[in-house]
Amino acid sequence: MIKTKGSKIVTQDDVRYIASLSRISLRDEEMARLTRNLEDILHYVRKLEEVDVRHIEPTSHVLPLKNVYREDRMRPSLTREDALQIAVQQHEGFFKVPKVIQ
Amino acid sequence: MNQVVQQKYETVIGLEVHLQLKTETKIFCGCANVFGREPNAQVCPVCLGLPGTLPVLNKKALAYAMKAALALNCQINSFIKFDRKNYYYPDLPKGYQISQYDNPIASHGYLEIPAEDGRVKRITIKRAHLEEDAGKLIHDEGTNSSLVDYNRTGTPLMEIVTEPDLRSSQEAYDYLQNLKLTLQYLNVSDCDMEKGSLRCDANISIRETGDPCLGTKTELKNMNSFKAVKAALEFEERRQQKALESGERIVQETRLWDEGRGATVSMRSKEEAHDYRYFPEPDLVPFVVDEGVIDTIRRSIPELPQQKYKRFRSEYKLSDYDANIMVQDADVANFFEACARLYPQPKKICNWIQGPLLQELNARKAHVRDLRMTPEYLTTIIRKTDENVLSNLAAKEAFQHVMETGKSADEVIEQKGLAQVSDSGILESVVEEVIRDNEKVAGQIREGKESAVGFLVGQAMRKTQGKANPKILGELIRRRLLA
Ligand SMILES: [Zn+2]
Repeated sequence: MIKTKGSKIVTQDDVRYIASLSRISLRDEEMARLTRNLEDILHYVRKLEEVDVRHIEPTSHVLPLKNVYREDRMRPSLTREDALQIAVQQHEGFFKVPKVIQ
Repeated sequence: MNQVVQQKYETVIGLEVHLQLKTETKIFCGCANVFGREPNAQVCPVCLGLPGTLPVLNKKALAYAMKAALALNCQINSFIKFDRKNYYYPDLPKGYQISQYDNPIASHGYLEIPAEDGRVKRITIKRAHLEEDAGKLIHDEGTNSSLVDYNRTGTPLMEIVTEPDLRSSQEAYDYLQNLKLTLQYLNVSDCDMEKGSLRCDANISIRETGDPCLGTKTELKNMNSFKAVKAALEFEERRQQKALESGERIVQETRLWDEGRGATVSMRSKEEAHDYRYFPEPDLVPFVVDEGVIDTIRRSIPELPQQKYKRFRSEYKLSDYDANIMVQDADVANFFEACARLYPQPKKICNWIQGPLLQELNARKAHVRDLRMTPEYLTTIIRKTDENVLSNLAAKEAFQHVMETGKSADEVIEQKGLAQVSDSGILESVVEEVIRDNEKVAGQIREGKESAVGFLVGQAMRKTQGKANPKILGELIRRRLLA
């Protein structure tokens, strides 16, 4: 059962906003393509709205697991040198990043 | 601002407190949870958020949070899950913080604060949840970069949020004091605002007295002491009153407390409307805590300050003032009780603790447990004073020496020769000498001028370098001259 493609679910403004939240800059053609893609995905997912879920508890996790802990016991950390290996820039043991305006 | 204006408005305050829990390790990995190490010395792939790693909840962090929540009269929720709070900031390596959104650990609690005429007011605690702390950013002045230390990343944080039940900066202050005291008794956090193990943000709005609707609130940050929280709230209360009085509108915003200027300042950043896009953390399974476990934790909660206060008043007959001071620090309260068990003179012990002991603590910015004074030593000093072995002055001296050297009270008294000479054989010969040297005064006493006894006692004290027991000296002199 295919729903008629009626009102738009996603606008380019939505995509621009989501992109800005994710710190992604998009070119105009990418914007148009991604808007279409997201629109298609959401139309596909919209099918779920047809299911009657009134008597189903919201599902947060699909695995039949609960209460997985670790004991409060120390394990070795990385050496500073190893930790800082992934830093694009470093300075006196710190990760160095572009200035953050507070 | 005149009083009429102040009475026209009612202030509404809610507090959010973040508390670092003092577990051995971080909340989701085995890195050490300690303060003050060199930068990036306690990080691992999990707390650095490297791809392919999985967080696993520290059982102790959950237990500590539940203990605190239970002490704050909260209900532990039957279903607990973690969620991702998404935002970008360089101190947050994963691009999200693992926090809790709609199924926090606990909710519906309360904490009591003092109210007028000896009554108490209940401040509702809306919720308490667990999350991970972020790293520390250092804004390198004069350069184009910031420096990040991820040691703090993943430190277990408990967030405790009140309903907007507080009506004044004083109530907010009292709430924080009582909260800190209660939490310190549980020994789950250091609660040191200066070190950042306790942080507090405040929401404040004002409304015309009697208005059921809440006014527009501002959020205050960057306060690093309880006094600063109080001062920031007072400033903001007046600022909002003035704004409304002059027909302006309050803008919902975050304002930073500027300690130097004594003012709150708008952050004025391009603060996007907070859109954290919370969703369930897929890497952590949910938690369903057994009633039995909750009971065990509940039973591990020690006597809390409010209860202790009541007991100190009835059991040791302490005054309201004394009892209050004794319970302000769990360690001080325990010290007091240990002393009272060794030597049942609670009022005297209380005076010594309030006076010399707390003075030393404040001067040294130390904790009772760091001091060299023990209940044994302190009660020895008090007992020996009561037994006239030590003069008040010598007792103070003994106290100081114990504090400085850590030697036992007996050792100090012995080595410093602080004990009073009460041996009447020795003292009688001193009295003899003094009478001989001061025939004129002695004569006056014989004729009934009793007030001159003090002079001879003073002379005798000088002869013994202050070690004689002045009471016994007085008696001996009187017996010799007046009998
Ligand atoms: Zn780690």
